[in-house]
Amino acid sequence: MDSIAKLVLKRVGMGLVTLIVISLVFFVGVEALPGDLAEEILGQNALPETVEAFRKELKLDLPPHVRYFSWLGGFMKGDFGNSLANGRPIADLIGWRLSNTLFLALSAAAIAVPISIILGILAALYRNSLFDRAISMATLSTISFPEFFVAYILMALLSVQLIIFPSISNINDQMSLAEKLHAIFLPCLTLTLVVMAHMMRQTRAAIINILASPYIEMAKLKGLRRLRIIVLHAFPNALSPVINVVALNLAYLVVGAVIIEVVFVYPGLGQLLVDSVSKRDIPVVQASGLIFATVYITLNLAADVLSIVSNPRLRNPR
Amino acid sequence: MFKLLNQSPISARIGLAIVVINIVAALFAPLIAPFGETEVVGDVWLPMSFDHLLGTDQLGRDLFTRILYGARNTIAIAFVTTLLSFVVGIVGGFLAATLKGWTDLALSRIVDVMMAIPILIFALTVLSVVGTSMVALILVIALLDSTRVYRLSRAVAMDIEALDFVEAARLRGEKIWWLMRHEILPNAMPPLVAEFGLRFCFVFLFIAALSFLGLGIQPPTADWGSMVRENAGAITFGIFIPLWPAGAIAFLTVGVNLIVDWFLHVASGLKD
Repeated sequence: MDSIAKLVLKRVGMGLVTLIVISLVFFVGVEALPGDLAEEILGQNALPETVEAFRKELKLDLPPHVRYFSWLGGFMKGDFGNSLANGRPIADLIGWRLSNTLFLALSAAAIAVPISIILGILAALYRNSLFDRAISMATLSTISFPEFFVAYILMALLSVQLIIFPSISNINDQMSLAEKLHAIFLPCLTLTLVVMAHMMRQTRAAIINILASPYIEMAKLKGLRRLRIIVLHAFPNALSPVINVVALNLAYLVVGAVIIEVVFVYPGLGQLLVDSVSKRDIPVVQASGLIFATVYITLNLAADVLSIVSNPRLRNPR
Repeated sequence: MFKLLNQSPISARIGLAIVVINIVAALFAPLIAPFGETEVVGDVWLPMSFDHLLGTDQLGRDLFTRILYGARNTIAIAFVTTLLSFVVGIVGGFLAATLKGWTDLALSRIVDVMMAIPILIFALTVLSVVGTSMVALILVIALLDSTRVYRLSRAVAMDIEALDFVEAARLRGEKIWWLMRHEILPNAMPPLVAEFGLRFCFVFLFIAALSFLGLGIQPPTADWGSMVRENAGAITFGIFIPLWPAGAIAFLTVGVNLIVDWFLHVASGLKD
């Protein structure tokens, strides 16, 4: 048990260091770029006094390390400063949108994870059959198709031809859960399709990998049924790579939602990020970028930790 | 070469045909296209007809023409970006593998951090600061993508670097650039070529996604990603114009992936 704790602690420590370095990257990256933020925003015709006043307002007159720590300190407390575009506190803009993005990602995960694990097991069970081939075709197409292509095809089919689901996923707090789920059905389905193939393939590969080992041979020779071998003997040992790929795909879902949110005009964090980039509202970009990076890194960290913990060889050390 | 082509499976041939069609469209766009790249030729969102094979776009430009010119711009930019990313990644990876020590440590840690940030978020943040010019776009994506190339070329070069002929060249007193160019690079070619196909697909899709978000290639340059964005509104009227450029993107990436699959299969020496 001790070695596991050590491994996990080491990994978490590394994750924390990465997070700190990344917050520095986001800060210094904006800092080190040529030109002055204030001049950039106000344009070349701005009076020197205006630029000076604006620099004060943005606290650009303070030395960089002071600004970094006050920015990071604010970030920890949930105070991200004000948006340049409309002067509102960024925290107000972000909070609701972040929960929307997570809601969308989690709904997609709730559908995609069980289906892809089951289909992956079935594909391993019926290797090289028509079903298996269909799955590898589907994988090829989902890695080749841009997300918005899948999204627009679904939109054309399900909201234009058959008018079942809305093409614009507008949600607000007054809606009931069922109404919300109906509104986000299309983006949710798109995300599900995009991540499912990858998870299926990993599950299939992990199980097939294990099917080659001697203890499975033994189980086969004992005359056990194939389904029983796969579910009770192979799957527990394949759990570690499967959990890993699920967590990685959750990370992908949160970030991959950016494009889907734009397609379906969904009020999520990704949409905010894209809008702010085109408006060059740098503080909002910094804050939402750092939040995305944090979620992504945390989920990747969770993937590693879970795969350490769920690895039977590490759990029962000799 | 021809023998290899004769033995190729049907999927690889389809892939090859797709890529050739795209390259021809890209090279000869001005000759094939019936109209000019930004020429307004009719009403908005006209349906398919003999005059306008795929109809017209949101400003009344011929969609078929735009797709042909789009092939030119989109593929060329993705290709240049991938090439740049490979030059940076391979030089970095080979340097790390041959010099080892601090160079390796420093480069690898930088790459670790860059890879920990989701590439889309990183690119969006950088583009928000430097602006969305074509040069900035190519440089930013090439640099971000080179981290993946670095990992592969470092791993491959590490293996080759340990072999006797490299040691012999080293004892001969060859310089580091000579070692990288004449000893390591030729032996590292097969995995790098396959990776080039995959990275090209990734970069191509990534630029398309950025253009779709309105942050990549800027109008009026014809580009598949921005064409989807500009025409997106049509779909709610039951006009499926945005599916053409989006489909063109999917078509090319499927083609490249089919070839890469086959190449990996041949390179790994597996027989059916």
